[in-house]
Amino acid sequence: MSSFAAKYVNLKKRNTLIAWEKAKRNRVCYLFLLPYAILFFTFFILPMITSIFYSFTYYNILEPAKYIGLQNYINLILQDEVFLTAVKNTFLIAVITGPLGYILSFGFAWFIHELPRWIRTFAVLIFYAPSISGNAYAVFNIIFRGDSYGWFNALLMNLGIIKTPQLWLTNPATIMPVLIFVILWMSMSTGFLAFVAGLQGIDRSQYEAGYVDGIRNRWQELYFITLPNMKPMLLFGAVMAITQSFNVADVPMALAGFPSTDYAAHTVVVHLFDYGYTRFEMGYASAIATLLFLVMILCNKLIQNALRRVGT
Amino acid sequence: MSVVANKANGHRMKGTSGRKRRPNRSIAGDIGVWLLLIIVAIIMALPLVLAISNSLKPLNELFRFPPTIFPIHPTLDNFSDLTVTMGQSWVPFSRYLVNTVWITLLGTAGHLLIASMAAFVLAKYDFPGGRTFFSVVVVALMFNGYVTAIPNFITMSKLHLIDTIWSVVLPAFASPMGLFLMKQFMEGLPFSLIESAKLDGAREFRIFWTIVMPNVKPAWLTLIIFSVQGLWNNRASAVIYSEGKKTLVYALQQIQAGGIARTGQAAAVIVVVMIVPIITFVLSQSQILETMASSGLKD
Repeated sequence: MSSFAAKYVNLKKRNTLIAWEKAKRNRVCYLFLLPYAILFFTFFILPMITSIFYSFTYYNILEPAKYIGLQNYINLILQDEVFLTAVKNTFLIAVITGPLGYILSFGFAWFIHELPRWIRTFAVLIFYAPSISGNAYAVFNIIFRGDSYGWFNALLMNLGIIKTPQLWLTNPATIMPVLIFVILWMSMSTGFLAFVAGLQGIDRSQYEAGYVDGIRNRWQELYFITLPNMKPMLLFGAVMAITQSFNVADVPMALAGFPSTDYAAHTVVVHLFDYGYTRFEMGYASAIATLLFLVMILCNKLIQNALRRVGT
Repeated sequence: MSVVANKANGHRMKGTSGRKRRPNRSIAGDIGVWLLLIIVAIIMALPLVLAISNSLKPLNELFRFPPTIFPIHPTLDNFSDLTVTMGQSWVPFSRYLVNTVWITLLGTAGHLLIASMAAFVLAKYDFPGGRTFFSVVVVALMFNGYVTAIPNFITMSKLHLIDTIWSVVLPAFASPMGLFLMKQFMEGLPFSLIESAKLDGAREFRIFWTIVMPNVKPAWLTLIIFSVQGLWNNRASAVIYSEGKKTLVYALQQIQAGGIARTGQAAAVIVVVMIVPIITFVLSQSQILETMASSGLKD
């Protein structure tokens, strides 16, 4: 038994030595990496560490942080009803817009790919533009305006579906569907571009071989040829979809107001914004951020594992 | 290597596709796809069209029942009103523009250099820690906006960066998306290119600067566009307090928030803010797509 342990230690030692030799030989690599690594650590890793640290404290920036153990988490889960509403809303948004946005991005990338080339460029622009057009989603304030000057109200009133204007963005029952629509409208972003580009890169001879092998319709072709080829893009697109669907905050704040009626459009990130920027309870806000980090990383892990099985 | 091969194929396909009908496509299916695409494209485009047409409407048409999709008497009054309001602002408006342009230029240039250097060694050298580092960067793709903002605020106040443009520029240098795309694209470069340069006695920096960088121009451009889009839309309201250091988008949105009397100008602001990222995308679409073709995550 002891010889076994000694062997294991020896092996470890050898591996470290080899790694060290390799590192020494490639030391110029670390020089190249250094500027980025320092900044990346400072602005992406450090925030994660500090937010975990502050999540166990009471910290309002002015006074030094005071250690309070798990109190923030306990309050969040057991006392803060608004947080539970926010979790419910975020979950609803993520569950609907995440997968749906992902599928729509892929679906439309796929359909656009079948178009003739002259119109393809234009189609990509139309689908991609909403996600990069700054705060153009503010136009939905006008479309769904609560008086009869709003387009949607006017349309429905002209068609005789409703008699009086509806308060789409104030009525808790209608805020969520409107928000989900707007978020889906903006969901064709980086992942969509990756899909469009990935489809263009698939070797055409594979499709031709498919015709010979008797692939009869577009769905078979999608399943047997396109999807397996697109796996790397699908993995990347999933990361983007998770990012978008969990970080929703600007759209609800701009459309439904802050805070929204009955907190109907209150998401986790809006809650974080509330505690971090308006109440300056940094410890509490950090606890929210930490929980969100954890859920997102977990979610990413699950989805990546599921997607690895595509086409195998 | 396979990425390069695929890419070459992609180009050939684009070039020679005389578009023979694919044998396994039903006509009904094609019609269905076209219809679906047209309907959804209209839904996608309509809000942006409305935003533009609103900015061209005189005030009396903005409050009209029923509202019209296109302006009846199109006018540029909203834009000229906007310039008047800008002219009356307490801080000269050109100041905001200069701030934004400066932040965008500096942030993009630094990001391009720093991220490309890191991407180069991550893509082309096998050294201990490199792979781990990259997988952390991939996870960091998911962090954005408010989630890192609070701890970042604390860090930056300790580093005395608050209320300087560095509080916006330095995090932009380290944007994970840029490194990610650049690294994935550089992986497609053939190793022989680097090996032959090594045999000629070139050092790492020379290889990077004279061989790798000129060969990844599409990735450059993509990095620049993404960085410009991010920085142009950056309000930076949380980390910059002095009015004279604020950004254009922030100032424009202040005008936009000016209530019902500014409805016309607010419509003009939306158009001014959205037009820059859209135009940059239009001008560089093919290069961006070429870069995105290598964006996939491998196991």
